[in-house]
Amino acid sequence: MLAILEGAVGASVLALTALGLSLVFGVMRVVNVAHGEFFMLGAVVAWFVSTSIAGHPAIGFLAALAIAPLIAGAVAVLVDRLILKNVAYDPEATIVGTIGVLYILQQSALMIYGPEARPVEPPFSHRIALPWLEWGENGLAFFYPWGLSITSYKLFVIAAAISILLAFWLILSRTRLGLIMRATQMDRETALAFGIPVQRVYSIVFGLGAALAALAAVLIVPIQQAHYLMGHDPLLLSFIVVIIGGLGSVRGTIFAALLIGMSDGVISVFLSPTLSKILATLLVALVLVFRPQGLYGKKMA
Amino acid sequence: MSLDTRSVTLHLGLIAALIVLGFVLPTYHQGNLARILVLATYAVGYNVLFGYTGLLSLGHAMFFAAGMYGCGLAMHLGGVTVIPALVIGLICAAALSAVVALLALRTIGVAFMIVTLMFAQSVYLTALYLGEWTGGDEGFVIAQASRQIAGYALTDPLTRYYAALSLFAIALLITARMMQMSFGRVLIGVRENEERTRMLGYDVFRHKLAAVVISGTIAGAAGAGYAVLFGYVGATFASVQYSIFPLLWVLLGGMGTTIGPLVGVAFMFYLIDYASGITNAYMLIAGAVLVLLTLFARAGIVGEIRNRWAPWLP
Repeated sequence: MLAILEGAVGASVLALTALGLSLVFGVMRVVNVAHGEFFMLGAVVAWFVSTSIAGHPAIGFLAALAIAPLIAGAVAVLVDRLILKNVAYDPEATIVGTIGVLYILQQSALMIYGPEARPVEPPFSHRIALPWLEWGENGLAFFYPWGLSITSYKLFVIAAAISILLAFWLILSRTRLGLIMRATQMDRETALAFGIPVQRVYSIVFGLGAALAALAAVLIVPIQQAHYLMGHDPLLLSFIVVIIGGLGSVRGTIFAALLIGMSDGVISVFLSPTLSKILATLLVALVLVFRPQGLYGKKMA
Repeated sequence: MSLDTRSVTLHLGLIAALIVLGFVLPTYHQGNLARILVLATYAVGYNVLFGYTGLLSLGHAMFFAAGMYGCGLAMHLGGVTVIPALVIGLICAAALSAVVALLALRTIGVAFMIVTLMFAQSVYLTALYLGEWTGGDEGFVIAQASRQIAGYALTDPLTRYYAALSLFAIALLITARMMQMSFGRVLIGVRENEERTRMLGYDVFRHKLAAVVISGTIAGAAGAGYAVLFGYVGATFASVQYSIFPLLWVLLGGMGTTIGPLVGVAFMFYLIDYASGITNAYMLIAGAVLVLLTLFARAGIVGEIRNRWAPWLP
């Protein structure tokens, strides 16, 4: 039960991060290797914001929730305008270019923020003890072991992630912006012919993808700590999720994030974390080899 | 001079110059250059796949690490002497690259990059997982006494330099010769137009397979050489960073040129050496170089020279 809840926290954050990666790949056909660094950027900005604003931690947290995605999005738009656009979104050149961006962001964080991992105070945190059933001396009885509890903040993370995902889905399926993005995804040339400013859509999408990663990072940073190398694991996991879910399929991505996040929480109870990571990466590589369209995606031409 | 004599002169001249440099250089730079030569061997291996065949792998560190661990563990735990240990390293790298190639070559383009990245990641994690033998992140040191060939101690700077140079020279001459043979021409054909090469009746898959194995084995030879010459084996060499490095070196030096890898490694090595004196965030330089290369000089240093002044450069 606890493993499932902890898994759900991981899964909801992962879903947000992976959705950003999937969106960028789906619409722009760009593999953004620097995606994890936008996640890191979100966490680091959250730390700066929450420490520079005095008062109740919730104020700083809310400010971070607004500012971090904006900054990450702005940086991403800049990357799109300065680099991706100038290599005409050539797949290999963008990969090499975003690897460069990865190191620039990561090492800049090292220079400005420093090598320490720093915690951000959660806006609220109550321990909620979970009951556990066990045969005691008087038969079946409830008791509340110390380790078996979850903080209210973690529940909030799950709720927040779900509402962001819903909002995102509404934007994509019900608004004009969403329509334009889907049109660009389906056929770039035709969209261009119908007067859609494809270049601007690309910038928006790239910025939005980075902002989603940053948002996920702000949510997770009171649980984990902000560190300049923290972008590595989310990147790898998001890759896994996006591949399993089918490249560019939003529904598949969310489904796969739940699957991976939950099973990560549950498996790591039974196996050592390193071993479970080895199995997961190998499995994903094999999925990509034998079923390149993903478990959920349609076959691409 | 004909094209062939020119390129033979260039390669032999380069090797001769490097032999002379060994006597002239002060010990500090001699050590640096030995390291550069071993890493350049790695880059030469990478260039076979990326530069000539046009396949971008993001997981070459696994081949480097296979050579390194194969050789290093044989010496460290098995008590094997240097030469057989090197052979074991080579066999490990060749076997791993054959397996990876058979699976990964079913995919193309972006999927190929991600699959190689994933395989390399699992090799890296395996090295960490088997920490009991591999020492995990900290790695292990190969005893100085065992690092010698026929009485010549590889710990001596000059001997080490020439051992590194021989390794590099062998790799350079093999690849330079290979690219003049029809086999190499077919690889370039695959890079330029895979469909057309297939139409001409060549077995594209088998050529790609051979390219991965040759490339991986040379990378493994560099890894094994590194273990023997510098006496240290660690999981860092299997990490993503060491898969990115050869890409960076080859791009910088010039993909698809024979001497590009060496130029790229030497340039990058001294750039990072210089930068790490100023800041501990020296990988920032690597990132900036990658971005600048993708934007302005897709052909790299030697490639730009070839495009502008010397079209005969091999």
